[in-house]
Amino acid sequence: MPERLSLDEVRHVAKLARLRLTDAELEQYRGQLSTVLEHIAKISELDVQDVEPMAHPGDITNRLDDDVPAASLSPRQVLSIAPATEGPYLAVPKVLPGEEP
Amino acid sequence: MTALADVTVEEALRRIDERDGDIRAFRETYRDRRETGVSGPLAGVPIAIKDNIVTDRGHTACGSRFLERFESPYTGTAARKLIDAGAVIVGRTNCDEFGMGSSTENCAFGATRNPWDLSRVPGGSSGGSAAAVAAGMVPGALGSETGGSIRQPAAMCGIVGVKPSYGRVSRYGLVAFGSSLDQIGPFARTVGDAALLLQVIAGHDPHDSTSSPRGVPDYLEQIDQPVDGLRLGVPKQFLSDDNETAVNEAVQGAIDTYRGLGAEIVELDLPLTDYGIATYYVIATAEASSNLARYDGIRYGRRAELEPGEDLFDLYARSRAEGFGPEVRRRIMLGTYVLSAGYYDAYYLRALQVRRLIRQELDAAFEKCHALIGPTSPCTAFKLGEKTDPLSMYLCDLYTVNTNLAGLCAISIPCGFAETDDAPPLPIGLQIQCRAFDETTMFRVARMYEASTDHHTRHPAV
Repeated sequence: MPERLSLDEVRHVAKLARLRLTDAELEQYRGQLSTVLEHIAKISELDVQDVEPMAHPGDITNRLDDDVPAASLSPRQVLSIAPATEGPYLAVPKVLPGEEP
Repeated sequence: MTALADVTVEEALRRIDERDGDIRAFRETYRDRRETGVSGPLAGVPIAIKDNIVTDRGHTACGSRFLERFESPYTGTAARKLIDAGAVIVGRTNCDEFGMGSSTENCAFGATRNPWDLSRVPGGSSGGSAAAVAAGMVPGALGSETGGSIRQPAAMCGIVGVKPSYGRVSRYGLVAFGSSLDQIGPFARTVGDAALLLQVIAGHDPHDSTSSPRGVPDYLEQIDQPVDGLRLGVPKQFLSDDNETAVNEAVQGAIDTYRGLGAEIVELDLPLTDYGIATYYVIATAEASSNLARYDGIRYGRRAELEPGEDLFDLYARSRAEGFGPEVRRRIMLGTYVLSAGYYDAYYLRALQVRRLIRQELDAAFEKCHALIGPTSPCTAFKLGEKTDPLSMYLCDLYTVNTNLAGLCAISIPCGFAETDDAPPLPIGLQIQCRAFDETTMFRVARMYEASTDHHTRHPAV
């Protein structure tokens, strides 16, 4: 476990997390996350060989609903809370590169 | 039977006007009464809900700029059950952004203050709900917790707070933080009131596939009946020298009280107590980084203005950077890191394995006792702005996170005060943890203590 992060690693994580951060913020998070990771390294002290991972504490797996249509939110309700719409659609910036049509 | 009905909706709103100016527990209040509140076990009872529990009125902002103007198109199950039981939701309370914090300072809309001492935090993240109940503005409230966010503010505000077993209360309509850890739970001034509130909101919900189909027992039926041959486990790690002296003294006093009531005290060794924070901050942040990916600036919430030439990636990255506060960003970064290529096995997978070990250690402990008792928090309420280093804030949750990792139930009840000559008294909480879905025992054990002490009758001067 590498416990001190490099600035490039922090920049890479910010990109993965879709967070635009300033250089000053990246530097601040580098220090703070490194400190937290040093504490987290404690978990490497324990012997976990053959221990089954526990993703959740519930005793339920794969509950299936009957395949019956039920009421859900209307398109009007969903669109009414969107920050930008065009007609019956959510508006997004251009996704594919190229000239405007 | 219950003190919940002692405050009318009109009186609650009047007290909020009178008392909340300094405390700032509420983010918004609802003056025009929509619910009828005429029948049901909570008929006419004014209740506050944490700002991450959605209702189809007002703005569910989760303490975040990102959701500042978010109007939920639906009401979540726990809030719906309250309303159906006759309760009147009078407002939503301030919290750390998306539930990420232990002080109710990480809020886009300002910090909440502790009613016992306005220079101190109420705990968090459900600090607004705890402060509202402690100050007598409402007789009950809902909070939520992922690692202690109900119990710790209950302890710091001198009231009762319950973290139900994972799956006991539907998470439908609770804004997700760590989905394998999150639960909604009640705050009240007494154990009986908290039990009644849990009774109302508990139960299976087809809208939450992790909610348990187990029947909900009648929590109140035997709540006044002492547990026969009560055995209480006291892990030696819980009375650490690192705790505040007053906390250890109050908890030791509670242990003596139980002994006086005939309980057998079982000394235990739970070495994995000290691994909880490390494990929790891997799992909770990993889940948070995944859950908070939904805030993309497209479907709802904040959307950044783009400069010419910027694309979809910029829309995501700018909306999120502008909408999230520093602690939320920090946890998203940490969670993203521990899930990223090359680190997944060393951090996330290993944390899930340690989580299993923690559960096994606790299961073994419950072979020897009915409940584990100890402090809820290692310290009393600290000053606003006192904990600036993130790790020092995280370490406050030392005694609460393992309950969530293991899916158990737990309650915090008032067990004393740190008293000094020149400052207001600061409340101390006793934590009682029980097996998953053994809330009945948890309430009875808590009630035994409450019935023979008077800490819960002391309230802050507001």
